[in-house]
Amino acid sequence: MDYTSIGITVLWTFLFLYIIVALIDFGAGFFTLHSKLTGEEKKINHLVERYLNPVWEVTNVFFVFFFVGFVGFFPASALYLGTVLLVPGSIALILISVRGSFYAFEHYGQDTKLPWIFLYGLTGLLIPASLATVLTISEGGYITEHGSHLDLDWLQLLLSPYAWAVVFLAIVSVLYISSGFLTYYASKAKDKVAYHFMRQWFMFWGPPMIIISLFVFLSLRIQNSDHFYNAVTNYWWMFAISFVFFLIAGVLNLMKKYHGLAFIMVILQMGFAFYGYGLSKLPYLLYPYIKLSDSSVNDSMGLALVIVFVLGLLLLIPSLILLLRLFVFDKEYVEGKK
Amino acid sequence: MDSVEISRFLTGMTLAVHIIFATIGVGMPLMFAIAEFLGIKNKDPKYIALAKRWSRGYTITVAVGVVTGTIIGLQLSLIWPTFMKMGGHVIALPLFMETFAFFFEAIFLSIYLYTWDRFKNKWIHFIISIPVIIGGSFSAFFITAVNSFMNTPAGFEMKNGKMVNVQPFEAMFNPSFLVRAFHVIATAGMTMAFVLASIAAFKLLKNKYSKDTEYHKKALKMTMIVGFLSTLLSMLAGDLSAKFLHQVQPEKLAAYEWHFESGSKADLVFFGVLNEKTQEITGAIKIPGMLSFLADNNVNTKVEGLNDFPKDTLPPMIVHYFFDLMVSMGVLCFIISGAFILTMLIKKLRKYTTHKGLLYAVLLTGPASMLAIEFGWFLTEMGRQPWIIRGYMRVSQAATQAGGITLVTILFGLLYFVLLVTSAYVLLRMFKNKPAQEDVDKVIGKGGHE
Repeated sequence: MDYTSIGITVLWTFLFLYIIVALIDFGAGFFTLHSKLTGEEKKINHLVERYLNPVWEVTNVFFVFFFVGFVGFFPASALYLGTVLLVPGSIALILISVRGSFYAFEHYGQDTKLPWIFLYGLTGLLIPASLATVLTISEGGYITEHGSHLDLDWLQLLLSPYAWAVVFLAIVSVLYISSGFLTYYASKAKDKVAYHFMRQWFMFWGPPMIIISLFVFLSLRIQNSDHFYNAVTNYWWMFAISFVFFLIAGVLNLMKKYHGLAFIMVILQMGFAFYGYGLSKLPYLLYPYIKLSDSSVNDSMGLALVIVFVLGLLLLIPSLILLLRLFVFDKEYVEGKK
Repeated sequence: MDSVEISRFLTGMTLAVHIIFATIGVGMPLMFAIAEFLGIKNKDPKYIALAKRWSRGYTITVAVGVVTGTIIGLQLSLIWPTFMKMGGHVIALPLFMETFAFFFEAIFLSIYLYTWDRFKNKWIHFIISIPVIIGGSFSAFFITAVNSFMNTPAGFEMKNGKMVNVQPFEAMFNPSFLVRAFHVIATAGMTMAFVLASIAAFKLLKNKYSKDTEYHKKALKMTMIVGFLSTLLSMLAGDLSAKFLHQVQPEKLAAYEWHFESGSKADLVFFGVLNEKTQEITGAIKIPGMLSFLADNNVNTKVEGLNDFPKDTLPPMIVHYFFDLMVSMGVLCFIISGAFILTMLIKKLRKYTTHKGLLYAVLLTGPASMLAIEFGWFLTEMGRQPWIIRGYMRVSQAATQAGGITLVTILFGLLYFVLLVTSAYVLLRMFKNKPAQEDVDKVIGKGGHE
């Protein structure tokens, strides 16, 4: 494998990991807000807090990691993407900042304040939407080029059914994945109230997510037909597998059994869809301006990055396992006895 | 302002905010680790409570540090896309390693903050602070490597306007890396120690809860010792930096000191007003030969003057003031902490250790050292003008061409304002009307230590 393929595989994986942990985090914020507003905060807040307090900071790093790695492996794309994403990227950054800091202010501060829960609960839904816009833009059709001057065609973007479908999919996925994880966490904590609450949400958001996914597919055909046909002819099986995992997760939840397994099914379902989308998108990073091969990194730097990456993982994986063992897999901690 | 100036302003603003929290982020883990160490070793619940309270406040600053750090990481590409296209793949290694160090720190910080009561052996919890300190320092190291590269680029060849044949490690360990990293780490330790000393001095002066006096005195002594030692290191690092500039970036050193004509026995100029046309300096305190001495430990050393460099490669002359301010703040902290240490060492003076006058002086060290950090970064960043990569790419070539930069700048300005005000508010409320004795009692209640 050459460095570009290694690079994109690694980065796509990190983006996927970020999506999973971040969506759990974002959704948890929304559920906290929701239960606060409906006066049912006692149901889930303690549970959410016990999980989130120790891990939220780590979540953020996955994102920085992806971004820095992307610029490192594909420096040529920095010019295009950096220019085009100035405004949408900055808005996403501001949302992420508001959420991160107000989360800390709310949870570690002296007393809780509703406006602060509002800020981090709502930004949690807007961040995936604004980040998903980046994926939308990369499908092409929203950039105008005059000589060396690049501009984002905002009107085109705001009127595009594809863009909106992706935004809705992002929001629904937040609620789906997050409630899926929290159902598992609650069942592990033997917290009946929170468990029923989260399970309801999970069952509720499954079907709309599949419907919106279909709509995203159909509108992709209009937006970028190359990508669409590549996806349905070469990679249809990945999406089919994804759907099977979705069904298994749903059935396990209906049976109220094996919630750990059910959440693994959810991850696999997301994983197959995500990699299927990514693979069918290649060879373009930004359609039709940047191909994967155009922006490859210099060989010696590619090698250095890969080496550092492997060494870094050797350091990170045990640390992450330690973190999970202390806060997710530690029975007494999860049950609130520590 | 044109888009280049707005881009510079936005980046400067982001960094000015981030550097406050980044400095705390690098210095603070060391401080609470020392406190916890002393607490466990001396079986002193006051030190344990100190470590706990410091780390609790730290959660707030770390949150803002993480988000502003994320912002600057992405803004590099959003505001300076041409720079990242040219140099992104050369600095990729330290950038990548920085995120690893940050990751490592984040994981162990989470564990540290939430496992105070988890381990039977109290040393295990202390040991967790070590990876936090390592992660924090290394992330400072690596990000300084990126900045050093922009000052003293190395490890590549230039072909048709492209950087090719990249040597990753040569680029990372570029000539100015070590001396800058040393300065960054030493001053972070110094600043954090003095900020905490200021808080202790403030609490002692206010004396709201008489039960807390012992606690704050312990904090004061510990932070002043750490502060004094790291001030010595910072001054050594500063001296090395000046010598380095003399060797490698003479135009920067000359601009710091308004040194126009090359020559030996160069004067060190302190403050004053410059008439840029006539190159006359009025109202300054001049120390003859000191600049030569600073550059090379010899008053006869020839120091290159600004007139020897092309006019369009000179930094703005305002950097002189930043240099003077940074140095004065550093010297001020040195004198105050030195005086404090003397009162601790000499028996006859010991009664002055918590004398009101000295406490008021200590109160100044925190803000002074934080200002010194800001002045220092303004100095070094403006001193690199007009280059973004010295000798290879000008700032004006690197700025974004995209529309919307003004809007984005306003939005970020609002964000920073809100973040600064709210984090200060939250921190004040966390410790206001919360006597430290309560926390000490809690520690004692759990068996004197954890």
